[in-house]
Amino acid sequence: MRGRFPLDPSARPLSAGRMLAYTIQRVFQSAIVLLVVGLVAFSMFRFVGDPIDNMLGQERTMEDVERLRAQLGLDQPFVVQYYKFLEGAVQGNFGVSFRQGRPVSEILLERAPATLELAAVSALLAISLGIALGVFTAIRRNGFGANVIMSASLIGVSLPTFLIGILLIYLFSVKLGWLPSFGRGDTVDIGSWTTGFLTSSGLRALILPSITLGLYQMTLIMRLVRSEMLEVLRQDYIRFARARGLRERAVNFRHALKNTLVPVITVTGLQLGSIIAFAIITETVFQWPGVGLLFINAIQFVDIPVMAAYLMLISVMFVGINLIVDMLYFAIDPRLRVDRTGGH
Amino acid sequence: MTTPTLSIQNLTVDIPTRHGILRPVQNVSYDIAPGEILGVVGESGAGKSMAGNAVIGLLNPPAHIASGEIHLNGIRIDHLQGDEMRRLRGKQIGMVFQDPLTSLNPLLRIGDQLTETMLAHLDISQSEARQRAIAALEEVGIPGAAERVDSYPHAFSGGMRQRVVIALALCAEPSLIIADEPTTALDVSVQAQIIALLKKLCRERGTAVMLITHDMGVIAEAADRVAVMYAGQLAELGPVREVLTAPLHPYTDGLMGSTPLASRGKDRLHQIPGAMPRLDSLPQGCAFHPRCPRTEADCKVSPGPQLIDGAACLHPIAREDVA
Repeated sequence: MRGRFPLDPSARPLSAGRMLAYTIQRVFQSAIVLLVVGLVAFSMFRFVGDPIDNMLGQERTMEDVERLRAQLGLDQPFVVQYYKFLEGAVQGNFGVSFRQGRPVSEILLERAPATLELAAVSALLAISLGIALGVFTAIRRNGFGANVIMSASLIGVSLPTFLIGILLIYLFSVKLGWLPSFGRGDTVDIGSWTTGFLTSSGLRALILPSITLGLYQMTLIMRLVRSEMLEVLRQDYIRFARARGLRERAVNFRHALKNTLVPVITVTGLQLGSIIAFAIITETVFQWPGVGLLFINAIQFVDIPVMAAYLMLISVMFVGINLIVDMLYFAIDPRLRVDRTGGH
Repeated sequence: MTTPTLSIQNLTVDIPTRHGILRPVQNVSYDIAPGEILGVVGESGAGKSMAGNAVIGLLNPPAHIASGEIHLNGIRIDHLQGDEMRRLRGKQIGMVFQDPLTSLNPLLRIGDQLTETMLAHLDISQSEARQRAIAALEEVGIPGAAERVDSYPHAFSGGMRQRVVIALALCAEPSLIIADEPTTALDVSVQAQIIALLKKLCRERGTAVMLITHDMGVIAEAADRVAVMYAGQLAELGPVREVLTAPLHPYTDGLMGSTPLASRGKDRLHQIPGAMPRLDSLPQGCAFHPRCPRTEADCKVSPGPQLIDGAACLHPIAREDVA
């Protein structure tokens, strides 16, 4: 069996104990990845610019500059700065934004719902349409519709995100005037979470940005599902399912699709991480008040605490999604689980 | 005379290609009676499996039936399309594939694969199907069938999986089984068990079997009659004892001579010189003549006589020659 499994393909099915050990090992690895990401990030910050320039006005003295630098700890080597950041981070304290003078965690929490809602809608769009179109183009391999979709998908893969966004704004906001070109529309507060899902203007505002953000992932998932499905449809067990007189629908969806999903999950999982990361561009184009836009503004201002916290947040999501994806294999593929009835 | 379960008449399968039409099966005719096991032998590429796929309607396009007729229990089936053909598969014609390791879906429990097959063809409830699935597994000799019905295929060995495949092929009680090299991928020690099982189950139910193989041992063990195929054509057809001990066609003779038999001792195995011709370069006249020790001038011009029973050869080996 071909496949990209998290484990050696010859590995025995995991017992509950080994499964737990494996999970702990993966969590441990994830923590190391996060630490390294932070270290690299901090080593880069001084090349972005000097935050002091932005914080003090024209009439500053050398003493003011030095005093502020020492106060913010920016005179220390980056390793020390990183250590201090970590020390605070494990206590849930990500520092205070240089620009806004408010705790970073507060700012991030305020901005996160916008990005997460946008990413969730985009991901849903990408996965559902990607799988549906992938299956369609695989089953109707040489049909006219499938060929049109495949050709159109090349556009999705090759056009840069910002261009798609600008084209959509031009068409649907400027020319047709159907949909808003920027912002989130009206939002509703539910506790500390501000949602755009509950108002019609909030939902309308989601349409263009989520298409922009999800289009690339959708075409990618679609092409992947198609090629995996074509491969699976050639397998003996599909022939055998046909020879047993099962209905076409059962053969395609019950037998073929499930086998297709095993390798598709890996790539899809990684793509979900990049949806959140790529949101930076989409949020900039649509002036979407999420963490991506926050990060872009932070770079301009060399707002180190915000940049550091954002990068850590994105890494946590990437690593977390990866972990979940690896665990999903066990749910889908019984060969990796210990068999209940066991034995050969 | 009773109606044969399967009757193939002048079946020809074509594969159109850019370089012309290939003909992997040419003018093949044979019958299989209820409860009879017909062995179909020949080298790789002789068209044995292609004929089987044509019967069950699973030819891979662009391969298609170009001419001839296929009758199942007296009803013509070669022109059936789509859903009509699907209803026949599994219900009327069961199929067993070569490799049991790849013919079961790895992500579905074997019980579910059995019940979905039964529910597709029989008017029974889910729980009844499950009971029947367990019974079917017991019948093919899976120990502890009631527990193992919920296992996934990877929990079974190759021989056990082939038993499951046979249970799947038989679960809707078809009248014909096409077994395409059912033992080729198995350990030698398991092969005989599987053949014995197939034979027993089909005898009990009166199921006709098309047993496709290149293994003469399997043929000798299981088949009632043999059809020998060469380059897409039928070379010889007859009762297994006659064909194996006193072949009429020089190709069958060569094939028998090249089969290792313990009784023959340490003599060197006979070889048929050359190789089977490619489908795009079949020779004029009899397809076997370039390799045949009995070739005469007319073999190069006209093909062998139309075969009903016996050998498609202009100069067959006389039965006395061998005796």
